[in-house]
Amino acid sequence: MAKRTIVPIGPYHPLQEEPEFFTLTVEGETVVDIDVRVGYNHRGIEKLSEKKTFDQSTFLVERICGICSTSHPFAYTRAVEDIIPIEVPERAKYIRTIIAEGERVHSHLLWLGLAGHFLGYNTVYMWAWKLREEILDVMEILSGNRNNYAMFKPGGVRRDIKTEDISPVIKKIDSIVPTLNMLKKAVMDDPVLHARTKGIGILTKEEAINFSALGPTARASGVARDVRKDSPYGAYDRVNWDMIVTENGDVFDKVVLRVLELYESIKMLKRCLLNLPKGEIDAKIKSIPPGEGIGHIEAPRGECFHYVRSDGTNRPSRHKVRAPTFMNLPTYKATIVGETISDATIILAAIDPCYCCTERMAVKNIKGKKLYNGEDLVKLSQEKTQKLKNKFGVK
Amino acid sequence: MKSEEVLKNIREKFKDDIIDIFAKTPKRVYIEIKPSALTKIANYIFDDLEARFNIASGVDLRHHMEILYHFTIEDINLVISLRVNLKKDNLEIDSLAPMFEAANWIEREIHELLGINFKGHPDLRRLLLPDNWPQNVYPLRRDYQEWDKDAIRDRGL
Repeated sequence: MAKRTIVPIGPYHPLQEEPEFFTLTVEGETVVDIDVRVGYNHRGIEKLSEKKTFDQSTFLVERICGICSTSHPFAYTRAVEDIIPIEVPERAKYIRTIIAEGERVHSHLLWLGLAGHFLGYNTVYMWAWKLREEILDVMEILSGNRNNYAMFKPGGVRRDIKTEDISPVIKKIDSIVPTLNMLKKAVMDDPVLHARTKGIGILTKEEAINFSALGPTARASGVARDVRKDSPYGAYDRVNWDMIVTENGDVFDKVVLRVLELYESIKMLKRCLLNLPKGEIDAKIKSIPPGEGIGHIEAPRGECFHYVRSDGTNRPSRHKVRAPTFMNLPTYKATIVGETISDATIILAAIDPCYCCTERMAVKNIKGKKLYNGEDLVKLSQEKTQKLKNKFGVK
Repeated sequence: MKSEEVLKNIREKFKDDIIDIFAKTPKRVYIEIKPSALTKIANYIFDDLEARFNIASGVDLRHHMEILYHFTIEDINLVISLRVNLKKDNLEIDSLAPMFEAANWIEREIHELLGINFKGHPDLRRLLLPDNWPQNVYPLRRDYQEWDKDAIRDRGL
């Protein structure tokens, strides 16, 4: 048997959404086993939510994630509305959709930039993050905040969109499309990028179903699964859009899928803004009866699921939160085994969990002698791209 | 298949194991079942009805514990929640993880937060709690007492 080496990755990095600790077992260059340890950032939000009122919990769950900060309040408010049950006003549905799609655009751009960085394409990284800045400005105009928008409340939204804001916002959204086209071309037509990501880290359709993978991770494996289509909420059944599904399940398909989804989200954003109906923005919930409710929505990374139980008081008696990464993370077991260690960074990143684990990597051999640290591994990944570039004769 | 048809099939197929079916709305249905029948009903829903396993949520009620297993059948836009009640003196149920990988992590989580044992789970290690957390202290239970005297507390406003 070849000599096995254990590679610990994690757990902390200031850029990470969630700290995680990976243990990769490698044989030479090949990964033969992986184990994940989470919980470093367990804040006991489910328990804490039992001590807050239904209104306060909306803001509590907004703090679960900094990038997809709106998906948790969205799922939570829908769960509370499901207890009663009550429908929110039409205008509120549109405003919710606008905020959720704006968030998807910035989240996917953030991912694209970081994926570029890990492959050694720092230009992609810079361009994507510059585009993201534009969309954050849009969110600031609409909600007053670049992130953590605090727009949601059970029964509707807290803040209306002003009519005079709509046309400058649409102009701003239109202005990012030409750059996005360029970025798309850069990703789709680059032979090096193809060689680097095609056939890498494949998640088969059967595995995606067995792991109950969600969102882009499942859709890239040919599982047509999107809460926005399967169980339409907000204004998703009122505007026209297409669900993007790709077949191969490798890293390349996950990149392509997210780039194409950006266009769909931009389309939806504009259509919602142009067709914003007039009327109330709040259904004005008086009290919440005893009972239980389920709310699920499609966050940028997949379905976000909340279960809320009420016993008739003004506090939830049980609040279960399930973020999409909880289901997507275990798929590493299927995707990373058998791949080389220089591809490990991008496969770990392809699910869009938190990249930054990779910078905290340290490779040790069994005697505990340090071989590589995180920076070296990113370098290793970037060097592989450079080698391929030389092979293809591109600069 | 329509959702009424799906429910009718479930009701007929498992009539001895189902205690109660409560269709709250056309999109949400709660089925209370006997704990011993969990694996066969979950298997039927996951494999034959091609449902997706959303998650399970454990609830500590005063006299018993409850686990809800949420499944979504996407084609007919239906969320099925299987409800099992466990007596406090026998907190044990069959694991679903051998059937589908998706149940692996959540069972580990419920095991450490509520202290429910999942029989046949391949790997029931801790998932979220730190290593220095004492044995047999379950934070999501109603009778949970703070044990760490040095912890930073939320003193409220």
